[in-house]
Amino acid sequence: MTENTRIVENATCTFCGCVCDDMQLHVDLDEKRITKAKNACILGRAWFAEHTIEDAPAAMIDGKEVTIEEAIEEAAQTLVNAKFPITYGLSDTTCEAQRQAVAISDIIKGNIDTTTSVCHGPSGLAFQGVGESTSTLGEVKNRADLVIYWGGNPAESHPRHFGRYAVTPKGMFTPGGKKDRTVVLVDVRKTKSAPVSDIFIMPKPGKDFEVLWALRALVKGKKISDDIEETTGVPLETLEDLTDRMKNCRFGVLFFGMGLTMTRGRHFNSGALLALATDLNEFTHFVAKPVRGHGNVTGADNVVSWQTGYPFGVNFSRGYPRFNPGEFTTVDTLSNADADAALIIASDPASNFPKKAIDHLKNIPIITLDTKQTDTTKDAHVAFRTATYGINTTGTVYRMDDVPITLRPAFESPFPEDETILKGIRKRVQELMLAKHQARGGGGEAKVASTTPL
Amino acid sequence: MAASMRIINGKVYDPANDIDGEIKELCIKDGKIVDSVDDNATVIDAQGMVVMPGGVDIHCHIAGPKVNAARKLQPEDHRHDVHPATPFTRSGSGGTVPSTFATGYRYATLGYTTAMEAAVTPIGARHTLEEFHDTPVIDKGFYVLLANNIFLQQLLREKRMEEFEQAVAWWINSTKAYTVKLVNPGGDEPWKGKKNSNVSDIDEKTDEELTPRQIIREFIKVCNKRAFPHPIHIHCNNLGHSGNYTTTLETLKTAESLKAHIAHIQFHCYGGELGKNPTSKARDIIDYLKTHPNITCDVGQVMFGKATVMTADAPMAYVLKGHAKGKWVNADTECESGCGIVPFTYQEHSYVHTLQWAIGLELFLMSQDPWQVVLSTDHPNGGSFMNYPKLIKLLMDKAFRHEEMKRVNQKALDSCSLRELEREYTLNEIAIITRAGPARALGLDCKGHLGIGADADITIYDEMEDKEEMFNAARYVIKAGIPIIENHEFSNDTIGKLFHIAPEYDKKIEEVVQPFFENYYSIEFSNYAVDDRYLHDHQIIPTQEDAL
Repeated sequence: MTENTRIVENATCTFCGCVCDDMQLHVDLDEKRITKAKNACILGRAWFAEHTIEDAPAAMIDGKEVTIEEAIEEAAQTLVNAKFPITYGLSDTTCEAQRQAVAISDIIKGNIDTTTSVCHGPSGLAFQGVGESTSTLGEVKNRADLVIYWGGNPAESHPRHFGRYAVTPKGMFTPGGKKDRTVVLVDVRKTKSAPVSDIFIMPKPGKDFEVLWALRALVKGKKISDDIEETTGVPLETLEDLTDRMKNCRFGVLFFGMGLTMTRGRHFNSGALLALATDLNEFTHFVAKPVRGHGNVTGADNVVSWQTGYPFGVNFSRGYPRFNPGEFTTVDTLSNADADAALIIASDPASNFPKKAIDHLKNIPIITLDTKQTDTTKDAHVAFRTATYGINTTGTVYRMDDVPITLRPAFESPFPEDETILKGIRKRVQELMLAKHQARGGGGEAKVASTTPL
Repeated sequence: MAASMRIINGKVYDPANDIDGEIKELCIKDGKIVDSVDDNATVIDAQGMVVMPGGVDIHCHIAGPKVNAARKLQPEDHRHDVHPATPFTRSGSGGTVPSTFATGYRYATLGYTTAMEAAVTPIGARHTLEEFHDTPVIDKGFYVLLANNIFLQQLLREKRMEEFEQAVAWWINSTKAYTVKLVNPGGDEPWKGKKNSNVSDIDEKTDEELTPRQIIREFIKVCNKRAFPHPIHIHCNNLGHSGNYTTTLETLKTAESLKAHIAHIQFHCYGGELGKNPTSKARDIIDYLKTHPNITCDVGQVMFGKATVMTADAPMAYVLKGHAKGKWVNADTECESGCGIVPFTYQEHSYVHTLQWAIGLELFLMSQDPWQVVLSTDHPNGGSFMNYPKLIKLLMDKAFRHEEMKRVNQKALDSCSLRELEREYTLNEIAIITRAGPARALGLDCKGHLGIGADADITIYDEMEDKEEMFNAARYVIKAGIPIIENHEFSNDTIGKLFHIAPEYDKKIEEVVQPFFENYYSIEFSNYAVDDRYLHDHQIIPTQEDAL
């Protein structure tokens, strides 16, 4: 370690939706890297260790280095000249950048969607259908005496979820920590999370909905026939025992993951789980919470919602927001070959989308903002390399329970922030769209100078 | 942008300055009202028009975690009420919980230029401020929820009053709030910790020691001692329950002669027995108000049609879930608050809904002092703020009111005195209950009037016989001297600013709060307070401590 070291207290890890804000980062300012991340989990340590500064151009057009201004101009022209420009990603950047991204989509009458559409999108739809009884994670820590994980493996995906929020921490009414709680895991296979649980329930794959529906019936005092085990793989006694525990706990919580939302049933599964939690409030206090993946995917849901009224899958082509998952979600705008330009922010669809969607993506001009080279940036028409949120930039992120947290950067990046680039693109597309408006005989040139200086 | 402007020939209603429909010239320079401008000033000829200060909404729910959850919850509410972009303004969606941009533009369309978000959890302050950035035109502020704050209750229980006072001031500074909001004091712990129960009486002990009345009294004392411009904003216990008017009167009495504002008082004016149909106790409440000028209130008028119930009063929302039988959101905030959201429709055929509608109107029509009883629908709880023009017509137009009364539940009307109330509000009184009154209750000297030095927030309406039509769409709206709407069209955009207060506190209180925080919160203490980056354009309204 060199002498030029800085320690950042209470920094925030944006790797996953836990958004732990108790990191102590040791920063080597000469090497521009984080040498130690105290309190971080194995995933967090890797996140902090890997984000070093690479020697690469900040902006490229078709693989050739250009100035940032040139790249912004080309990006803006590309977006304004497209008939169906889409924006996608957003879950690994700040709310400040997300706000600019929605503004761009609004101004160019494009389409905006976030990674929510391929992870907890079904939970968003279920929320719209039945609502949700929920809480911040601190309430779980302080009060929950029954903690159920369904279709998720936090030991590997959110390693500090158990220790910091839900299983072992000692809270106001749970002074004994884990001793004061019963932990249940429901999953189709015995994952590394299973040893943490007091009760492990293993339904047959694709039978989550049936199990949840049977539990709803039992909670309401209805009879369930013995052959439920044949259908779901879960014996009736196990379900009855769980029902008892749920009805008689003091404060219960159901956490659920993509094992529920992205398997057969999708939003029906999430809806059944949310409805179960709601039903249980007739007997006791019960909440549910999707365990979100990306560091600021919850921020993306919030920003897109407050600006448009809808959480993801939003289209502005008529001059106002419309919501239609299955049509305006990105896998669909690509697979259906609707999109003719794409602004991809902090996401790598070229590496994880269905083949048909990727094939179309490769046929249209792509503009990327990313901290690293990815499969998507390799194919980009305009590629910006940007600073990493939470490591190089401040800004706001929302934890999976909608709690907003301000980031504390560790060291400066030579690359611009996502927000800066997006503001530049926004300003330029606004000018270009106004010019189009005036060319069609619309007025208003004198006054636009004082338009919202966001 | 016109730096200076002159509005001529308009009929001016400026009750704070005793101007009641005079034809008067107004001059504007650098965002303020001035006594004269030079000849180069832009001129608006307001011949045949009514000129008022921009409207001020003292109680609404427009930004923050619960509002955004209610937005996300109701795509069906947005899709039939789209809000297209213009070359100057962003697009959005409407319904009872509009998107941020639609909220700002729609308030402006009605001639409103200031609105206060009435319930924000401390931990949700940052979120609320972020939404405020995206809520254009109007100036805004928010009230921070402290009544069910576990740490503050602990200080009260231990009678650590000096620390309590410091902690209240610290919390306001940490969140950039405008004042303290109390909601169903003492009701959160039974809800979260005792299987969804609630407190039912202001003198019921929520634990061994503390009653709602003690919580209310101590908060009122501190907020008055510190002379907050808007001392305290109270949502009483037992909202919506038959027989709750006694709780309301007891809450008012707890204030003694100290200043307090009671929110949406219509929901707290019910006689009758718990669990049975309510009766109207508007007269009892109004009689108390007559002799107690220390109290202000907003009505929380119910308007028929779609509403969205959103409240920190989680047990009350759960009761409504039972009636609405649709979707429900509950959202607990650690150590700070509960929250419930229920989409709701007020129906003319319903006895209870009609009575609520009638009690609101009774309160307006019985009120002797328009400065004391001001207009709100508790947006969107009693209905959207977009109902204000219709509400104004109900107050100004007796014939219209009687027509509307024919369409509602007659049994409910039989049980109250609305039919006998013949009063019609004047334009001057409307200017008081929608502008001058709320601004004065908020202690916002720069708002709600058109005297020299006031913010140049001005609304110009075409004078029309049909008052709903008149107030539905302002002809001109000028915000901080900038014409935002000209001849009914948006011609500009602006963000608006944040109002907050910054009462002094002893830094040592942080050492008292921090250990509790480290034990029971799930974020770090040093990441909790909102920093100045979130304030954009803001103004600290001074507390009046020096004046006392």
